[in-house]
Amino acid sequence: MDGLDIPLNHILFISSLLFAIGMLGLMIRRNIIFILMSLEVMLNSAALAFVAAGAHWGQPDGQVVFMLILTVAAAEVAVGLGLVLQVQKRFKTLDMDHANRMQG
Amino acid sequence: MSKIIWLIPLIPFVSSITLMLFGKNLRRSHIGYLGVSSVGISALLTFLLAIEFMQNQEVIETLVWTWMQVGSFAPGISFYFDGLTLVMMSVITGVGFLIHLFSTEFMEEDPSYARYFAYLNMFVASMLILVMADNLLLLYLGWEGVGVCSYLLVGFWYQHSANGHAARKAFIVTRIGDTAMALGLLLLFSHLGTLDIQVLMGKASQVWEVGENIPLIACLLLVCGAVGKSAQLPLHTWLPDAMAGPTPVSALIHAATMVTAGVYLIARTHGLFLLAPDAMIVVAIIGVVTSLMAAFTALMQTDIKRILAYSTISQIGYMFLALGVGAWSAGIFHLMTHAFFKALLFLGSGAIIHCLHHEHNIFKMGGLRTRMPVTFWSFMIGSAALAALPMTSGFFSKDQILLQAYQLPDLGPGLWMAGLLGALLTAIYSFRLVFVVFFGEANTEPDKDTEWRMAIPLSILCFLALVGGYFTIPVVDVFPVTGGSHPAHWVEYVSISVPIVGLVIAYFVFLNRRINIETLTTSSFGRGLGNLWLSGWGIDWLYDRLFVRPYYRLANLLKSEPVDVIYNAIVELNQLLNLWLSKSQTGRLRWYLASMVAGLIILISLASNLGPGVLQW
Amino acid sequence: MRKDPLIPRVYCHDLIQFNNRSGVLSMLEIVFFYIASLVALIATVMAMTRANAIHALIYLIVSLLAVAVIFFLIGAPFAAALEIVIYAGAIMVLFVFVIMMLNLGEKGDKQERQWLSPSVWVGPALLSIVLLAELLFIISDVNGPVSTSSVSPKAVGLSLFGPYVLAVEISAMLLLAGLVGSFHLGRRYLERDYGDERGKE
Repeated sequence: MDGLDIPLNHILFISSLLFAIGMLGLMIRRNIIFILMSLEVMLNSAALAFVAAGAHWGQPDGQVVFMLILTVAAAEVAVGLGLVLQVQKRFKTLDMDHANRMQG
Repeated sequence: MSKIIWLIPLIPFVSSITLMLFGKNLRRSHIGYLGVSSVGISALLTFLLAIEFMQNQEVIETLVWTWMQVGSFAPGISFYFDGLTLVMMSVITGVGFLIHLFSTEFMEEDPSYARYFAYLNMFVASMLILVMADNLLLLYLGWEGVGVCSYLLVGFWYQHSANGHAARKAFIVTRIGDTAMALGLLLLFSHLGTLDIQVLMGKASQVWEVGENIPLIACLLLVCGAVGKSAQLPLHTWLPDAMAGPTPVSALIHAATMVTAGVYLIARTHGLFLLAPDAMIVVAIIGVVTSLMAAFTALMQTDIKRILAYSTISQIGYMFLALGVGAWSAGIFHLMTHAFFKALLFLGSGAIIHCLHHEHNIFKMGGLRTRMPVTFWSFMIGSAALAALPMTSGFFSKDQILLQAYQLPDLGPGLWMAGLLGALLTAIYSFRLVFVVFFGEANTEPDKDTEWRMAIPLSILCFLALVGGYFTIPVVDVFPVTGGSHPAHWVEYVSISVPIVGLVIAYFVFLNRRINIETLTTSSFGRGLGNLWLSGWGIDWLYDRLFVRPYYRLANLLKSEPVDVIYNAIVELNQLLNLWLSKSQTGRLRWYLASMVAGLIILISLASNLGPGVLQW
Repeated sequence: MRKDPLIPRVYCHDLIQFNNRSGVLSMLEIVFFYIASLVALIATVMAMTRANAIHALIYLIVSLLAVAVIFFLIGAPFAAALEIVIYAGAIMVLFVFVIMMLNLGEKGDKQERQWLSPSVWVGPALLSIVLLAELLFIISDVNGPVSTSSVSPKAVGLSLFGPYVLAVEISAMLLLAGLVGSFHLGRRYLERDYGDERGKE
C-alpha cells in the first residue's frame, strides 16, 4: 500500500480493456438491464483510470473525481431503473428494439 | 398653328382610350359620333395646317417633352412638319375620316362596335405619330403601334380561330422586319450618336463617303423593316391573309396607310440612302420583282379582297421601284394616288360584301351594274386609276415612275420593261374583276343598297381618284432634284398604250368571250402554272416547310421543359439523399450506440494525430 | 504528515508500512495486482455474456470487488472503500432489487439466449477491437511506476472540502435531481395494479 512498482501503462491497459468489454456489451445486448450494467462497467473503468492517475501523481484529485463519478453513476442508475420500470409497463417487454418510434 | 400640332395625333388617341374604357356604357350612335369626329377634327386641323403651309412654306419643329435622357442621348416626343409630312398626314386623316364614316354603316350590326372604333382611332393616332416623328425612336414607336393595331383589327372577329391565325401571321412576319429595323437603328445610333432624322442625315453625309459598307448595311436593315411593313418580297405573305379583318380595316390599313409606312421610311431617310446606291438598287429590284409576282398571282384569285390585296402588294412594288431609282417625289405621289383609288376599291368591295351578305367569291357575283350603281361607278373609276388609264390619277403617278425608271443608267430599261409588264397585268386583272362582278348574270342578289354613309365616302374618293393627278405635292424642298432630261417620246407612248392593251385583252376574255382561253387553262401546263400563281408562287408553302414546321417541332420538343431537367435533377438528388440518410435513423438504441462508438473512434484517432504532446507525459 | 496528533493512527497501516522494507512483500503485491486484474477481466466478460440477469449482476459485483483490491494495492484506500460500499453495495443492490421486482423468470432467460446469437457479435466486436487498439496506441507512451505512496483519506477529505467544495455541492444537486426523477418515474408503476403484469405471463 505504499505504492506499487508496476508501470502505469499496465493499469491503464486494464482500464482500456474493461472499457472495451463494457462497450461491447453495450452494443450487443438488447435487454435494457444489461445495457445499464454495461454502462456501469464503463464508468467503473474510467474511475479506475482516474484513481490510478491520481495515485501516480500522489494527489487526492484522482479520488475526488472518483467520488464524483460515483455520484453520477448512482444518480444515473436511479433514474435509469425508473425508466426501465416505465419501459416494462408500456412496451410489456424489456427489448430495446421495440422503442423505435423515432425512426425515419 | 404650329403650337397645336400635337393635338392632331392626340385627339384620336384620347378618343380611343375613352372608347376602350367606357365603350360598353355608351350608346351606339354616340360611339359612332365620337369615333368619326375625332378623326374628323384631326382632318380639319390638318387642312388648316396645310393652308398655313401653302402660304409660308415653313418647316415646323416642335418638342412636346423629352422622352428620356441617358447621357447625351435625349430623344424627345418631338414633331417635324414639312411637305412630306403634310402629304402623309392629309392622306391619313382625310382618307381615314372617310373610312371611319364608311365603317359606321358597314359595322352597324356588329356587337363590338366600340372596340372597333377604339382600335381604329388608336391606329390613326399611331400612324400620325409615325409620320410626324422627328427622331427614329418616336417613328419606331408609331411603327410598333400600327403593328399592334393591325394585329388587333385583323383578328377583330377573333371568335373564328382562322382570323386569329391570320392576325398572328401578320404580326409575326412584320415583326421580323421590325427587328431588322431596330438593328438598323442601333447601328446608326452607335456610329452617329443621334437618332434625330435631319441631324442624322447631315452627320451621315459628313462621316461617310458614298458607297461605304456601314451605311449600306444600315440602309439594308431599314429596308428589311420597310419590306416587312409594306408587304414586299420576301415578307409579303401576311397581307393576303390579313384580309380576314373587316373590309374598312383593309381599306385603311392595308391599302392607304400602314403598308405605305415602309415607303415613307425610305423616303424620309433618303439622305442615308443616297450614301448607299447599292441599297437603292436592291430596293428597286425588290419592288419590281414583287410587283410582277403579285400581279401574276392576282390574275388567278377568286376572292375579291385577295385580288385587291395582291394588287396592293404590286402597287407598293411600284413605289419601291420609284424610291430605288431616285424618283422620290414620284414615289410619294404614287403613294397618295394609290391611297385614293385603292381605298376606293376596297370600300367598294366592302359595299358589295355588305350588301351581298358577306359573299367574297367573284364568280358567285355578277350583274351588279344595274343593282348597285354607285358601287359600279366607284369600281370603274378605281380600276381605271389602278390600271393607269390616261387622265386618271394613277396614270400620272405611274407614268412618272416608269419614265424616271427608264432613265436610270444600266438597269433602267430592264426595270422599265418589267414595270410595263406589270402595268399590263394590272390592267388585265383589275378589269377581270370589274367584268366578272358587275357584268353578266347575277348569281347572288343584293338585299340592300348602300346608304349615304357608304355612298358619300365612295363618291368623294371617286372624285379624288380622278382629279388627284393634277395636284402637285409640296415636296419640292424635301427631296433632292434629279436630272430633268426627258427620254425619247416612244417610251412615253408605249407606257400610255400598255394599260389600254390590257383593258382590251380583259374585255375580250372576260366580257365578250371572243378569245377562248379554255385550251390554255385546261392543259396540264396551264393548270400547273395557274395553281402556282394561285398559291402565290408557292412562297407560303415554302415558308411553311422551311420555318413554320421546324419551329413547331422545336416547340414540341421543348414542351417537356428539358432545361428544367437539371433543376428537377437537383431536387431529385436531394430527395434521394434524404431517403438514404433517413434510413440511418432506425430508431433502435443499439444502432445509435454503434454509430456513437464509430464516431468516438474517429474522434480519438483525430485527437491523437493532431495533438502532438497533448497526451505525452 | 503521518505524525499528525489529531488523527489516530491506523494500526494496519503501520504494520504494513513497517513490513514493506523487504522486497518479498512488494513482490507479493505485484502478483496480487495481476491476479486481481485477471479476476476483474474474467468476471466482467462473464457478466456481459450471461443470459440470466441476476447471474450477470453477481459477476459484476465480483468484478467491482476485484477493482477495489486494485485500488487498495496502488495506495488509494479511500477509493477502494467507496467502491465497495457505494458501488458494489448500493448501486448493484439497487439493480438486484429492480430485477427481482420485474420478475422476468425462465422466459426472460430463454429470450436472452436467443438474442445472443454469434452473428450479433461480429460488428460490435470489430468496433471495440479498433477502439481498444487506438487506446492502447495512445497509452503506450506513458512511463513511470503507478504510485510511490498512498494517499490517505484525510488528504482526500481536505481536498474535497477545500478546492473541490463546489463540486461537492453540485453533486449533491445531481443526487437530488436523481432522487426526484426516480421517484417520479417509479411512482406510477408501484401504484398501478401489480396483477396486470403477472397476467401477461
